[in-house]
Amino acid sequence: MRTIDVSEITKAVKELCIDANYTLSPDMKEAICKAGQAEESDLGKKIFSQLEENLRIAEKDNIPICQDTGMAVFFINIGQDVHFEGGDLTDAINEGVRQGYTEGYLRKSVVKDPLIRENTGDNTPAVIHYNIVPGDKVEITIAPKGFGSENMSRVFMLKPADGEEGVKDAVVQAVKDAGPNACPPMVVGVGVGGTFEKCAIMAKEALTRKTGEHSEIPYVADMEKEILDRINKTGIGPGGLGGTVTALAVNINTYPTHIAGLPVAVNICCHVNRHRSVVV
Amino acid sequence: MEYKITAPFDKNTISKLRSGDMVYISGDIYTARDAAHKRMKETLDRGEALPMNIEGNVIYYMGPSPAREGRPIGSAGPTTASRMDKYAPELLDMGLSGMIGKGKRSKEVLDAIVRNKAIYLAAIGGAGALLSKAIVESEVVAYDDLGTEAIRKLRVENFPAIVVIDSEGNNLYETAIKEFCRE
Repeated sequence: MRTIDVSEITKAVKELCIDANYTLSPDMKEAICKAGQAEESDLGKKIFSQLEENLRIAEKDNIPICQDTGMAVFFINIGQDVHFEGGDLTDAINEGVRQGYTEGYLRKSVVKDPLIRENTGDNTPAVIHYNIVPGDKVEITIAPKGFGSENMSRVFMLKPADGEEGVKDAVVQAVKDAGPNACPPMVVGVGVGGTFEKCAIMAKEALTRKTGEHSEIPYVADMEKEILDRINKTGIGPGGLGGTVTALAVNINTYPTHIAGLPVAVNICCHVNRHRSVVV
Repeated sequence: MEYKITAPFDKNTISKLRSGDMVYISGDIYTARDAAHKRMKETLDRGEALPMNIEGNVIYYMGPSPAREGRPIGSAGPTTASRMDKYAPELLDMGLSGMIGKGKRSKEVLDAIVRNKAIYLAAIGGAGALLSKAIVESEVVAYDDLGTEAIRKLRVENFPAIVVIDSEGNNLYETAIKEFCRE
């Protein structure tokens, strides 16, 4: 049994909120740089160079990469041998978000009620996915999610007979419908299997994968490559203004499902695909 | 083509700009997004006047991150314009001359753009740090209680944008994709 004071979690969350919004991870930077070289459209190339310049300015001058600093989404893997003390864990995470978004000059984009729509003023509450795992560590992953691309995400409850082709078509359709609204070049997170809600959470978590890495399941890795290729043939391009690079990666996570179903969730993220992890 | 243009836009400027042109805007523009549009609509429905003169002016769909000390504004890139589609035709009919945002517009907005000889421009989504460098002054002019969604008057210098829908209704999102589509 290991005891962790929740104030340690607050501190870690605060730092994650700030880091994630000012600097992209090296894998995302590299993906943007490589894609810019591959882009064939002149305007598209120009947009890529603006995106790279944007990342440099954000880091150098301490300005968030994007003004939509997102709703703070967390995946938290809690070792089953951990005991928390000093307060409520969820409160501690929200306190970290409050401190990070306030002291880090990040935008407060959360409304208290989905219909009454009064801003909470501190970007809380976060959306937190807890997972219990073996061990005595806590792994915290933050993925601040902007809503330009979130709004273009979809869930398809396909039939088993739709098969692999049905999944590929659904993902490509979601990307085409998103078009310029999702701030391409995008990263496409896909969840296949499970249930209605499980596939959506998998799609979100797939966005936190290191860009450029593929699924360990060979046929899934092949699907990722094929769907990426199809997406890049749509012509949508950077900014939706035409080009040969519409997506930087397609990441698919899978899970067993029911004999009657084939749920597919497509969670689209813009090129500002922010994620950071820390182990406490 | 590339042009340096001044905001508010005059009719001659708008009529020469074509879908696909790159522009660098200097002058004064206003920000407004979801909550401010809803409030402007409610104001108009009550028969009252808007908090700023809309005629000939330009609205940038944007809600910035907070400014650090000594700076006019924080990160300041465009938000998705289609969420304002419900409100835009009425504002265009009142004389709004231009909108800056990102993403597709509805048929109703496109028709209102053509009817009023207005223009829709896109700034690069997700480049809020870069775009903030083109904003030299920012002042809240209405709805301060809305925080990031308040209406701000911005002074911009060489703010980069691309003409998406011109005053004749040409739409770059449709034409440019066709050029690179290899399906």
